[in-house]
Amino acid sequence: MAGIPHDHYEPKSTGEKWLHKRLPIVGLMYDTIMIPTPKNLNWMWIWGIVLTFCLALQIITGIVLVMHYTPHVDHAFASVEHIMRNVNGGYMIRYLHQNGASLFFIAVYLHIFRGLYYGSYKAPREITWIIGMLIYLLMMATAFMGYVLPWGQMSFWGATVITGLFGAIPGVGGAIQTWLLGGPAVDNATLNRFFSLHYLLPFVIAGLVAVHIWAFHTTGNNNPTGVEVRRGSKEEAAKDTVPFWPYYVIKDLFALAIILAVFFAIVGFMPNYLGHPDNYIEANPLATPAHIVPEWYFLPFYAILRAFTADVWVVIAAEWITFGIVDAKFFGVLAMFGAIAVMALAPWLDTSSVRSGRYRPMFKWWFALLVIDFIVLMWVGAMPAEEPYATISLIASAYWFAYFLVILPLLGVIEKPLPQPATIEDDFNAHYGKSGGNAVAQPAE
Amino acid sequence: MIRKIALGTVAALALTSGAALAAGGHKEITDVDFAHEGPFGKFDQFQLQRGLQVYMEVCSACHGLKYVPIRTLADEGGPQLPEDQVRAFAEQFTITDAETGEDRPGKPTDHFPASGMEGAPDLSLMTKARAGFSGPYGTGMSQLFNGMGGAEYMYSVLTHYEENPECAPDGIDGFYYNTSFDKGAIPDTCKDENGISTIPGSWIAMPPPLMDDLITYQDGTAATTSQMAEDVSSFLMWAAEPKLMDRRESGFKAVIFLVILASLLYLTNKRIWAGVKGKTA
Repeated sequence: MAGIPHDHYEPKSTGEKWLHKRLPIVGLMYDTIMIPTPKNLNWMWIWGIVLTFCLALQIITGIVLVMHYTPHVDHAFASVEHIMRNVNGGYMIRYLHQNGASLFFIAVYLHIFRGLYYGSYKAPREITWIIGMLIYLLMMATAFMGYVLPWGQMSFWGATVITGLFGAIPGVGGAIQTWLLGGPAVDNATLNRFFSLHYLLPFVIAGLVAVHIWAFHTTGNNNPTGVEVRRGSKEEAAKDTVPFWPYYVIKDLFALAIILAVFFAIVGFMPNYLGHPDNYIEANPLATPAHIVPEWYFLPFYAILRAFTADVWVVIAAEWITFGIVDAKFFGVLAMFGAIAVMALAPWLDTSSVRSGRYRPMFKWWFALLVIDFIVLMWVGAMPAEEPYATISLIASAYWFAYFLVILPLLGVIEKPLPQPATIEDDFNAHYGKSGGNAVAQPAE
Repeated sequence: MIRKIALGTVAALALTSGAALAAGGHKEITDVDFAHEGPFGKFDQFQLQRGLQVYMEVCSACHGLKYVPIRTLADEGGPQLPEDQVRAFAEQFTITDAETGEDRPGKPTDHFPASGMEGAPDLSLMTKARAGFSGPYGTGMSQLFNGMGGAEYMYSVLTHYEENPECAPDGIDGFYYNTSFDKGAIPDTCKDENGISTIPGSWIAMPPPLMDDLITYQDGTAATTSQMAEDVSSFLMWAAEPKLMDRRESGFKAVIFLVILASLLYLTNKRIWAGVKGKTA
């Protein structure tokens, strides 16, 4: 097996040997938990644990919620109120689940941007990156369908708008939309299939998470220098790494405890802050809310969806070239999915041989602009579709595509990277000083 | 104690989260210092009881509270009526039994009746459904520091009926001008060239429900319009979020626990890594 050389599990007692011969599960767990991990990881490497925790939290609270929830248009809203009022601790479980989705997305965005800055997507970690993108897509699908389940006004109208996107596909769109909804409009059939899939997909995500971890345990973690762990021998590798347990388990748990303190403060004191008040009104197909706004975590891509209106020249050009097949609505849908697709293709679009942004003087600034761009997109996504927001969202969307399709390929050619440390050990020593010792022993960064 | 905050229009809304987006017009919301506000605010049991009385004698003529079980009136943190009073209270309702199909007097396990009038919304969750409108200037931050904000909205709608504005002296037939209600119709004469409303609020179908001394409080409190509005808003806040105090308590305990846990993990982490960082010499 490939990977960083390290000590493996040796069964000692007769019982252990008996089991190991038949099912090396203890060995698998040992190798997973003791995996050699670069010792220079900084605080941006904690989000993986936070995400794992979020998935577990959502699955556990979700399973309990299902025990009391009724997936029927006549009862769904009332059953959520039943959970909030009558089920022991139900209000807490429901608010944890509701806000857990937000924590999940905060963590996933920071995790993704970590990967983008430190070049974690580059060879040989392309598969890890692609699986991560698949997980992110499934997360969005799961969150969207989960938001429909309480059957409030935003649930209903959000479902109507988002499934309408598929209706924009030329030719087959209408049929696809009907197939997704299980009928001509959002109704009981829609609620039931969304409920079914909302329960199923988290387990698919869990499976993909296992593959995601398997993949980066094979290639080894990236690290802030982007320099690979030396693998010539166990001794050499040990100079660059520490075992995951206890070093990173404790560090990650410390970070998780801090994040959860903030999370519980929000759940306890302002649990509806990130939600939309209209969702406390039962779904009414006859009353359209004044503003249909998606949850905050969809806003950047919602902004890209809305940015390409019929009067934008690329849309006009696309419509002319395709003889009207690609209209503004379909273009918006393509742009939204395209925005995620170009991100998924980053391993092949980035031509630089240097992995970490730390040693890329020009890249740094373009990356910072991408982060700002993402925040701007999130902000305009919540604004009404009028000036000046329309122009801002168009410029911001254009930068998103330009970053991946133009800037990343070009930078690899024109940028002169800074010198990188020869080894992770050098980087670690430089950070903590050659003399080392307890005097400078403080958490990384 | 009560200060008026006129929420700005587009400029202020530009600062808001998606949750606090309002329709084109602006409205006047009065900030009330409710007992339940602030991170450690608690419902005033006697205010909730007065609010229940206002609800029963005024609001319930048209509106309903169909998600609120009657028995919760006895719950700790709520109006906390004695059990026998709750039983007597329930009996005033005639309930069509779901199993037998026959009418019978209500029991504490039944819910409050639903709205009896078409177009009158159920009020069970109304304060939460309007929570995004909390000040200052719609940033929503006062959800944390001033409570959830929906109760203020409720109070304002109940007290902000005004004479028809100059742009529409005749108003809209059968509707009432209310400077806090922005979800109703606005005559074209009160809109600028971009179709943006030039007046606060809009027209509402509900006639002014409260006037001084409309009811006689059982506890002898003077039944002014603002007193009744404040009491019933507080009651409706409880009706929408009956577990408000429990939730804050759970959240507070969890935060304290996690801060202690984080401190211990910090020290553990520091100790573990000291060796690695020292060894690099």
